[in-house]
Amino acid sequence: MLSRRIIPCLDVLGGRVVKGVRFRGHEDLGAVGDFAARYRLQGADELVLYDIAASAEGRSADRAWVREAAKQLDIPFCVAGGIRSVEDARAVLGEGTDKISINSPALERPGLIDELVSAFGQQCVVIGVDSRKVEGEFRTYLYTGSEAKTRESGRATTAWLKEVQERGAGEIVLNCMDQDGTGDGYDLEQLRAARAVVSVPLVASGGAKRVEDFERVFKESDADAALAAGVFHRGELTVGQVKQYLAERGVEVRR
Amino acid sequence: MIAIVDTGGANIGSVADAFARLGIDARLSADPGEIENADGVVLPGVGAAADSMSRIHAKGLAGTLRSLKRPVLGICLGMQLLFERSEEGGVDCLGILPGTVKRLASGPGARVPHMGWNRVRVTVPSPLFDGISDRAWFYFVHSYAAPEGEFTLAQSEHGTSFPAAVARGGVFGVQFHPERSGADGASLLKNFAEVLRCN
Repeated sequence: MLSRRIIPCLDVLGGRVVKGVRFRGHEDLGAVGDFAARYRLQGADELVLYDIAASAEGRSADRAWVREAAKQLDIPFCVAGGIRSVEDARAVLGEGTDKISINSPALERPGLIDELVSAFGQQCVVIGVDSRKVEGEFRTYLYTGSEAKTRESGRATTAWLKEVQERGAGEIVLNCMDQDGTGDGYDLEQLRAARAVVSVPLVASGGAKRVEDFERVFKESDADAALAAGVFHRGELTVGQVKQYLAERGVEVRR
Repeated sequence: MIAIVDTGGANIGSVADAFARLGIDARLSADPGEIENADGVVLPGVGAAADSMSRIHAKGLAGTLRSLKRPVLGICLGMQLLFERSEEGGVDCLGILPGTVKRLASGPGARVPHMGWNRVRVTVPSPLFDGISDRAWFYFVHSYAAPEGEFTLAQSEHGTSFPAAVARGGVFGVQFHPERSGADGASLLKNFAEVLRCN
């Protein structure tokens, strides 16, 4: 049986790990390599390295820190940010990345998903979805890495989740924007709605603060993995503490 | 020297990095002569079966890989390519091991792709798993699985049971990614290097 996964997410801006609150304003937390090593030792199941500016600025993920992470890490990691073509993806995978995650470029040109799946296989194509509730409906957003450029995509989240799966997405990271950086716990309502239409692995993102939040997201929304950033980066919780708590409550985790 | 077959579209970098962390001499190669004369060969893989096979053919490596005299370790897709055929893209593979690679069935609690850490149960003792505890956790990312057979070395469960590792003579394959499976994965790669030293 698969374990549930705990995934620290490193939001990277110019090779530094940063953390934003509700996608507004960023605080410098330290170097990428230091964080990667720390989480590997804590027992992280995977890492997401997210170049938060790449999508908005129209450039690809800066390869220098990707290469450093690949040399160091013996757990899987996914690189997100600014991958717009099969060639971009091939270059990032060639640096030793296990999976690639695309978000805004998929919304702009959904056919990119099909191309990536055909070139690299379904299992390494992750689709990131930034979503929040607007007038009673979950809607998908573009360019959330940049305050100035963030905008609604014109797509309802449920329809988009179905479409990306039809196009072959291997995993979905649902970032619940209203929860991000608040520490109010995962957006269980939104994650349950997503789970109902997502049959590939679903990664919950946004709002983790306490060990109970992780237990609830697995037991109440059936997410396959829980992603968190600030709560780990600030040292409020370690991955090990979260896993111990989950194991004591009957959630299967790798320890 | 271990030759890591450079299939171009694969996670070749991460396998090379894993051997580098262990201080084991392993190099990417697409040169038939170099691959033939290496102490051992690793066939890595992230990607789609048809895409990878066409790259292997384009580089003229299919014949070399089929007639290797030294031990070979297929990783993930690389293990699947050792078999006769894959349902993924309906492509003929290397045919070093018998049978067809098929899509994993999805079902309740068994979503496909099978992505994440799962326990591996060793069913036949093998030097490949020396020093690794039974039911250790390894990292998997795949949607297709090899057929069960007499060459099955270890199994994992995802809805149903499937081969997590296979071996026949000097031909080894692991469905998981040892290069991304922490300390146990590193042990397995070291064990493969040890097999080469002793053979």
